Amino acid sequence: MAVTPATKLDARRLRADFPVFDELVNGKPVAFLDSAASTQKPRQVLDAMREFYEHSYANVHRGVYTLAERATAGYEGAREKVRAYVNAPSSREVIFTRGATEALNLVAYAWGLDNLGPGDVVVITELEHHSNFVPWQFIAKKTGAEFAHIPIDDLGELQLDALDEIATRGNVKVVANNLVSNTLGTVNPVEKLATWAHEQGAIMVVDAAQAAPHRKIDVQALGCDFLAFSSHKLCGPSGVGALWGRRELLEEMQPFNFGGEMIRSVALDRTSWNELPYKFEAGTPAIAEAYGFGVAIDYVSEIGLDAIEAHEHELVVQAMDALAEIPGLRIFGPPAERRTGIVSFELENVHPHDVAQILDWEGVAVRAGHHCTQPLMTRLGVAATTRASFYLYSLPEEVDRLVAGLLKVRKTFA
Amino acid sequence: MSELDQLYREVILDHYRNPRGHGALEPHDAHAEGQNPLCGDEVSIFVRFADDGETIDEIGFEGRGCAISQAATSMLTELVKGRKAEEVAVLPKDELLEEIGIPLTPIRLKCAILGLGVLKVALHRAKGTPLPEEWRTLENELRLADD
Repeated sequence: MAVTPATKLDARRLRADFPVFDELVNGKPVAFLDSAASTQKPRQVLDAMREFYEHSYANVHRGVYTLAERATAGYEGAREKVRAYVNAPSSREVIFTRGATEALNLVAYAWGLDNLGPGDVVVITELEHHSNFVPWQFIAKKTGAEFAHIPIDDLGELQLDALDEIATRGNVKVVANNLVSNTLGTVNPVEKLATWAHEQGAIMVVDAAQAAPHRKIDVQALGCDFLAFSSHKLCGPSGVGALWGRRELLEEMQPFNFGGEMIRSVALDRTSWNELPYKFEAGTPAIAEAYGFGVAIDYVSEIGLDAIEAHEHELVVQAMDALAEIPGLRIFGPPAERRTGIVSFELENVHPHDVAQILDWEGVAVRAGHHCTQPLMTRLGVAATTRASFYLYSLPEEVDRLVAGLLKVRKTFA
Repeated sequence: MSELDQLYREVILDHYRNPRGHGALEPHDAHAEGQNPLCGDEVSIFVRFADDGETIDEIGFEGRGCAISQAATSMLTELVKGRKAEEVAVLPKDELLEEIGIPLTPIRLKCAILGLGVLKVALHRAKGTPLPEEWRTLENELRLADD
């Protein structure tokens, strides 16, 4: 997208919010290029969580004393922030989970077990992270449903012309896809898939773990039925995430976990469930983490998702141009216009772990491995890739350090 | 010497570029293969014994993966050639790590000892040599594949 002064963010100024950037690794400041795995935390989130523990902490929902009321207000306030962040119709449709992984497992189990059977088809893509792949593969096997995948082309983009053939295999009941690929950064056509899914009478499940921190999400515009994302990839604490689901689907579903909070009444012979969203929040939740998640949403929203997207786009263009100049380096995935701030690549004759190790000595932190996308690695014909990923605090000179480090890797292995 | 040079010291890069004992042995008396699921390193080891049926006469390996895993397996072939199976079965990993001679983080340690683990499993299967507990754990962790 076009970068205008109104949408520009000042990464250098924002970095002052992040204590970790004062840290030296191997005597050098860290060029942290692994934000797709997890992001660093701003002081605003760290301070707010500490303050919450010091002044407002107790268990939520049942206490009648002041501290419990404060804690509940903080926790439920965060739920409303999540709702607004993804433009969901109601905060009753927002369920706090341990993260995107648990949210996707919740849908696969609580919806899948009761709604899938022989003759049904579960559709995922070759691009999925294992967290939106393995639960569906497991539940499909368990229920006798067929497990079909949408293939990708050589640029890592979904081949939607495969959909007609997939539709002939049975009753398509679920389409599950990540809005943004964690390995390639591909932005997937989820609106189109949701329309197709609904034409088949299927539900559309969206893994937004790599999308929600980086671009505006509107569940109503996407037309999906479920959407999952994590706090820790969005400047918030780990251990908490959210699932949004359509109310009528959530109402029909049985609980995923059982215990305290999720019940209405329990007798020796029967138990009835609490109302939404509590039906799906058994046990004491990650209270301060959910609160911190809400603060992180405020932090990111104040900077502006458009500004973040534009900033990452500038960096990914810079990185792809510079990496293309390195002999023997091959970039995977689509052109910069159709990806977020993620670049996966391989360097001829050097294993990604050796690349990442040498870059670490240069103070450059990148990810090496299969990125929890083994079917995608198989499709690309590699065992692993090296991945650099950017966020609101990433700087152009960090891209330069990545490139200089890669030249050093090449020299070492020449 | 910088840390970079230490980690990828010339001898390791030399073994990586020109691996000793590289290639499958057919026929062979002992064989096993394994992978390190963390980084996708793969090593397959083949052994031929001398006439006494005990001494490692020839050893070859095939594999792909990071420089540490492949260089360490290359060094291993030089370390064990001419030794008896039961001796290699109890060979401490430190002996190989001394050869490698660089500090390794816990993650990279697994790369370095992959070949040794695969060899011990191959000898265990062919000769019934003991496979101590530590290596049995490794057998699971490293997915040392059954023949």
